[in-house]
Amino acid sequence: MRPASLAQTGQCSAGWDAGPLWRALTWCGVAQTTETSLRRTPLYERHAAAGAKLVPFAGWEMPVQYSGIREEHVTVRRDAGVFDVSHMGQVETRGPDALPFLQRMLSNDLRRLPEGGAQYSVMTREDGGVLDDLFTYRLSECVFLTVTNAANHERDLAWLRSHAADFDVDVIDAATQFAMLAVQGPRARSLVHALSDGLTPSRMRCCERTVAGAGTLVCATGYTGEDGVELLLDPTAALEVWDALLAAGAAPVGLGARDTLRLEVCFHLYGNDLSEDRGPIEAGLGWCCREQTGFIGSEAVAAVRANGPAEKLVPFVIDGPGIARQGNPVVGGGVVTSGTFSPCLERGIGMAYVSPERAEPGTRIEIDVRGTVRPAVIERKPLYRKGS
Amino acid sequence: MPDPSYPDDLLYHPEHDWARVDGDTATFGITWYAQDALGEVVFFDPPKVGAKASKDEAYTEIESVKAVSDVIAPLSGEITAVNDALAENPELVNDDPYGAGWLVQVRLADPSETQSLLSAEAYEAMLE
Repeated sequence: MRPASLAQTGQCSAGWDAGPLWRALTWCGVAQTTETSLRRTPLYERHAAAGAKLVPFAGWEMPVQYSGIREEHVTVRRDAGVFDVSHMGQVETRGPDALPFLQRMLSNDLRRLPEGGAQYSVMTREDGGVLDDLFTYRLSECVFLTVTNAANHERDLAWLRSHAADFDVDVIDAATQFAMLAVQGPRARSLVHALSDGLTPSRMRCCERTVAGAGTLVCATGYTGEDGVELLLDPTAALEVWDALLAAGAAPVGLGARDTLRLEVCFHLYGNDLSEDRGPIEAGLGWCCREQTGFIGSEAVAAVRANGPAEKLVPFVIDGPGIARQGNPVVGGGVVTSGTFSPCLERGIGMAYVSPERAEPGTRIEIDVRGTVRPAVIERKPLYRKGS
Repeated sequence: MPDPSYPDDLLYHPEHDWARVDGDTATFGITWYAQDALGEVVFFDPPKVGAKASKDEAYTEIESVKAVSDVIAPLSGEITAVNDALAENPELVNDDPYGAGWLVQVRLADPSETQSLLSAEAYEAMLE
């Protein structure tokens, strides 16, 4: 299952060209979808047996909660939780032109992405509208693995392929080759390490390991604001690894807590905070845009950066009772794109697009929550800090 | 969270609300099924005392971490009291949906409306 050329250090560069581990595997773990049916991950039976509430999400039947969102949320902040995020898609880009191709397609500077590294970026249209936000892992000099949002995967793939003709590159739909488990929390790393044949990678790095007997790409990334790793593995091994993680003490956590965790630390959710109608500068993602690389949309992004965006995405906390939700208008202009109850702050939090003059931390705004005006205060990112 | 239960002394509305009727007054709340479907209640914004509740229509909202849900009045009447304890401890709706987690008390406009509500047995049969 594992290529022989693996480095055994904490920051290995995985020998992906030497052993096409993922490609050689015949994948058969996930139920095939039809137009009308929801897809299920290899762990569906585990979720159902554990009494999880299962809901449709981006065409998948996914666990939204097990014991309860608040309890699961706090477990990830204090201990360790494991999320089944196998609905997320993967695109493998390989070939001599993989780097220049992705440099054209993604907003960040791929030259700064070392082998065994991870990098966040957005993919934009010519007009700067955001098509997706993505993590890309560089598996070797000429092999990259990019994780897509489930709802965007097919569109991303089509967009990438439609621009690949001028490059010597293969754009491979790898979504069916991987199950994906996110192990997050202060104890996540030690828990995975104890099941693994080597150290976990340092933050924003990835490497290949055997975890609970399964060949796994271990990525030190996440969506919770906690330390932890994301595991990419053969779907047929997902059950075994899931069971081992739970036996080692990780609590199963659903997509409900995934959303509250990410919103407390102001990570974007595509479809809420990001869309084709919004650019990365207004979304506060200018830090992952390197316009000098000439990516598709870079001119539009540069123009917005130079002239200032019409609106800015800012985090807010409700001052008093109430919870703003996605779509609630900001009085006087603007809209809430994500809103929830924060289990750690124990109040309503969210993110909203507002005019730049109202985007400064400390600015007081009012949000129309289904007819009731709720006062709120613009805050700095992140809304939750360790120990707060 | 307690085990599922549907007390025999209550009347039930198909929208998962209960009424405990005492003469021309009643107490309203949501059923075990409703609180389980909603998840952990984190916010209840009570209606004003004196406001009118109309049978089969929403008279307030209740919120869990992920969801906002209208609460449907099982009967019509004027709200005479709200459960102030829920402001500090909204989770009482989960912990004790038929007791400490009650929502409002009403003076009934038409006690004969109770005839259209379900018994515990009929409500449980509906949930099957």
